[in-house]
Amino acid sequence: MPFIPHTADDIREMLAVIGAPDIQALFDEIPAELRSRALDAIPPALSEMEVGRLMSERAAADGQKLNFIGAGAYEHHVPAAVWAIVTRGEFYSAYTPYQAEASQGTLQLLYEFQSMMASLTGMAASNASLYDGATALAEACLMAVRAHRKSKSQRILVPAAVNPDYRDVLQAVTGGQHLAFELLPYDPRGGTTTTASLEKYRGQDITALVIQQPNFFGNLEDVDALTDWAHEAGMLVIAVVNPMSLAVLKPPGEWGAKGADIVCGEGQPLGVPLSSGGPYFGFMTTRLEYVRQMPGRIVGRTVDLDGKPGFTLTLQAREQHIRRSKATSNICTNQGLLVTAATIYMSLVGPQGLANVASSCIQRTAELVAALASVPGVRVAFNGPRFHEAVLLLDRPVRGVLEALAARGIVGGVDISRDYPSLGNALLVCATETRTPEDIATYARALADVMQSAAAA
Amino acid sequence: MSNVPADLRFLKSHEWARLEADGTVTVGISDHAQQALGDLVFVEAPEAGRRVAAGEACAVVESVKAASDVYSPVSGEVVAGNADLGGQPELINQDPYGAGWIMRIRPDDKAQFAALLDAKAYEAALAAETH
Repeated sequence: MPFIPHTADDIREMLAVIGAPDIQALFDEIPAELRSRALDAIPPALSEMEVGRLMSERAAADGQKLNFIGAGAYEHHVPAAVWAIVTRGEFYSAYTPYQAEASQGTLQLLYEFQSMMASLTGMAASNASLYDGATALAEACLMAVRAHRKSKSQRILVPAAVNPDYRDVLQAVTGGQHLAFELLPYDPRGGTTTTASLEKYRGQDITALVIQQPNFFGNLEDVDALTDWAHEAGMLVIAVVNPMSLAVLKPPGEWGAKGADIVCGEGQPLGVPLSSGGPYFGFMTTRLEYVRQMPGRIVGRTVDLDGKPGFTLTLQAREQHIRRSKATSNICTNQGLLVTAATIYMSLVGPQGLANVASSCIQRTAELVAALASVPGVRVAFNGPRFHEAVLLLDRPVRGVLEALAARGIVGGVDISRDYPSLGNALLVCATETRTPEDIATYARALADVMQSAAAA
Repeated sequence: MSNVPADLRFLKSHEWARLEADGTVTVGISDHAQQALGDLVFVEAPEAGRRVAAGEACAVVESVKAASDVYSPVSGEVVAGNADLGGQPELINQDPYGAGWIMRIRPDDKAQFAALLDAKAYEAALAAETH
């Protein structure tokens, strides 16, 4: 259906019918002091050609830097076919399909996405996505409070080794709903959360334990021990996972004797390019027994009157258009376009391809850590198994080093000294399959150079 | 026309309550309520041991059309939730006043039960609702 805006004649006609002299008169009721002033700071309009030129110039100013930042969003190769398919008109709408009779293609795609995420995480049921990884964790905590009917405390244990941005978002989203978060320290040697740190909570009413795998430092937590400990103590287990890592790590559904109860995370590594913080998408999966407490939309497979298979939104009675204020969540839209990309990415790459990417990430990061740690003044913070990130400790403030590296075209990582002051000068680095051995050697040479010249200065 | 047994008490929000010989109060939803909701697909009954206040939402019934809260007619402690409803929510459609009971509560004060609507008053409330 083409969009035809009303013409000046239409507007005149409509104003004549209601007896208003002009459009401005429709706003007379709003006191003058409440109206927004003219937007003086906005420069005059540019033509499409001028805007195109301006944006190219700005992009060129950014340059093509060599990136070693992870910390929640990861640079992976996205096959060209992914976005060629995503941008087809049939998929190019991010809004949730309400009408099953008009949206079978999109609904089937969401159903396949859910099947893939359930399979990857080892859980029974998945929703059709959430806003992003951090808000997915907040939703998971709210869900745990609803699902754990024996626990009345709304207290949730959150390791300090969980992404600090996620912890901030957790507070922002759930703070008004009286959830209380207890911060668990990490073991300073291993950079992981130990069951010993949990012992003081034994016997208390705690709703859930959050476990991030791999954790913010890139280290692998002892998820079996933590999960079993939490279950024995009567808590639910919320897993926050990098979906890419699940191609080689044990799925949360198999953690410990019983598996995690709720699994969530950031879906960006699956086919979504880095883009200044978003848009990305969150995912969530759970056990069948908790599916009614899960937020977000769920697509189900069914049969029509003639017995032919079809797809439709299901379990809608938990959603806000039916349950109103008692709904499981006010999140009703999903990140449809990004989920489409992720589904196509996973379909194209396949289980073996995903495992290859994950293995390359581990390999490259091991090479990166070895290369950088050989630079004088640099050492590795934690020993033990890791995925594709590591914390390095420098003998001087990280910020100046990162600035000097940036001047050489290298984005060297994230300064996490402020989030983790006890670590000292701490730098979080990451290498995915997109970093070649040459890239790593380039970084190591630049770092050695920077450290030496700074030492000389 | 829906069935309103004369020996039960009711809430305007369509719960029924029966005072048992052991002093507990059994609670369910009325025949009218199950008809209005349609086929039930899920029931969340409260766990034994939970404290509830009169008028507090303490169970959820979900049909193909809607999900509704079930309110407690009395204050007290839940002594049992109907576990059979987990696998057979349709019991409420088939036998709302019998096998479809939802929870049993030990009331703090039996006077609260006596103050509930009797069958006649509930029928009058139903009649008023349809007009």
